[in-house]
Amino acid sequence: MSGVRRRFTPAQRLLHWLIAVCILAMLFIGVGMVSTITPKYLTLVSIHKPLGIAILVLALIRLALRLRYGAPPLPADLPAPMKLGAHLWHFAFYALMIGMPLIGWAMLSAAAYPVVLFGSVHLPAILPQSDSLHALLWDAHFYLAFALFALILLHVAAALFHALVRRDGVFETMASVSTHDEIAR
Amino acid sequence: MPQPGQSTARSAFGSLVLIAIVIGAGAAAFAYTAGWLSPERLTPDRLVDALRPPSGEPLGHRRNHAKGICFTGVFESNGAGAALSQAQVFTRGQYPALGRFNLGTPDPNAPDATVRVRGLGLQISTPDGQEWRTAMIDPPFFPVSTPQAFYDLLTASASKDPNAMKTFAGAHPEIAAFGAWAQSAPWTGSYAEDRFNGLNAFTFVDNAGAEHAVRWSLLPAVPPVAVAPADLAKRGPDFLEQEITQRVASGPQRWTMVVTVANPGDPTADPSKAWPDDRRAVEVGTLTVQQIQAEPDGPCRDINFDPTVLPSGIRTSDDPFPAARSSAYAKSYDRRTAEAANYPRTTTGAKP
Repeated sequence: MSGVRRRFTPAQRLLHWLIAVCILAMLFIGVGMVSTITPKYLTLVSIHKPLGIAILVLALIRLALRLRYGAPPLPADLPAPMKLGAHLWHFAFYALMIGMPLIGWAMLSAAAYPVVLFGSVHLPAILPQSDSLHALLWDAHFYLAFALFALILLHVAAALFHALVRRDGVFETMASVSTHDEIAR
Repeated sequence: MPQPGQSTARSAFGSLVLIAIVIGAGAAAFAYTAGWLSPERLTPDRLVDALRPPSGEPLGHRRNHAKGICFTGVFESNGAGAALSQAQVFTRGQYPALGRFNLGTPDPNAPDATVRVRGLGLQISTPDGQEWRTAMIDPPFFPVSTPQAFYDLLTASASKDPNAMKTFAGAHPEIAAFGAWAQSAPWTGSYAEDRFNGLNAFTFVDNAGAEHAVRWSLLPAVPPVAVAPADLAKRGPDFLEQEITQRVASGPQRWTMVVTVANPGDPTADPSKAWPDDRRAVEVGTLTVQQIQAEPDGPCRDINFDPTVLPSGIRTSDDPFPAARSSAYAKSYDRRTAEAANYPRTTTGAKP
């Protein structure tokens, strides 16, 4: 490749926004369902499980694209702590994006609940039944969900900071709808 | 393009305010969805908290129907249910069953003769990988019409206000029928003599896709013999568990599963309203209990008999209880698995 990519590839941008919508929906569905006993509970749970698996699949594709295509470089004048923060944020986010669905799936498995995707389509258990594992995974799923939401708020704040205050082009690497794959020479 | 410094600063300040508003609004929407801004919302936590008995939180145990004993056996379907539901469990055949006899009390140490309501949790597994879980009780109808009323009943029962129950009964007259049942219905000396009723209405979907509103019950093969509660009390605090253990050891015990089909217009959203006796009742199979196991190491211990774990061919109806029960049972399960150390596994052959 003769130059440095200034934007994420169109496929990466599409996945980013698709996953953004899915994860935000997932987090709101999650905190909503565990705080109600109305019939909405069953509806929300029945969305939560297949959506989680969908996010897992999309996140793995996204990880593969990231490993294949990388990311545009951060601006040279970005202070070092902010660069470090950005890198750490991405590690944490990818870990949670892939980890949360697996934790949820494992948690249901440890409780011997059937993992229903839709109708009669079930996923196999990925852990044996275990009260201690269930308790551990339940705590992890619960608290990491709030960590994930906090990361998203941080991400939105940082993205808007780049867009509105620094105006350094970082926001546009992901926000642009253009499909033109620009390479800076 | 260079701008005067002051204007840049003001615009940066405005941007930061905008960012703060966006983040604040996102966090507020999340908090609202989680119920943190609505303390009046009936959450599973509040419902489960309301079950706490005077004897204290039953750590490691189910938060209701806390006292019980496990069984394993088989459900033998006679094929008659296949006309009502496409679920494999109604195809003629034998399917493994796992369950739990229990008492409707949040106190795992309650003496058996003091508990009016008895229950049976059941899980039937079919070769297609699906499960049917149900948790049934012996009254012929539920005490109240809605989950909120059940919460209000718990609150009123625990209240120190001497008029609390009177006020509750005024607002929920359906409780009177349950009170009459509790006063007059005979007690038996054995789980094997009890009839267990699903009470909630579900929807069966047949092979043609047609829907049927149903409720189900388990009818004991052993004819019930009435025993006065005072006489039951003399049999000891755990006589039900001892009796069923001995009885099953000397021979398997059977219940006939009967599915009752609603007529158009029968109330499906209110388990406190029994359907008339003349409704079509279909015997769909027989539950045979072959083995009893104590709960601490038994296979039912870590099963949540969530009534919304259903095979395809059975769906929830407009009855609001299965959803509420599912939500509350999950909360109870989450709590008790985290407290497992408080309810030790006992026998030497226990799983690690």
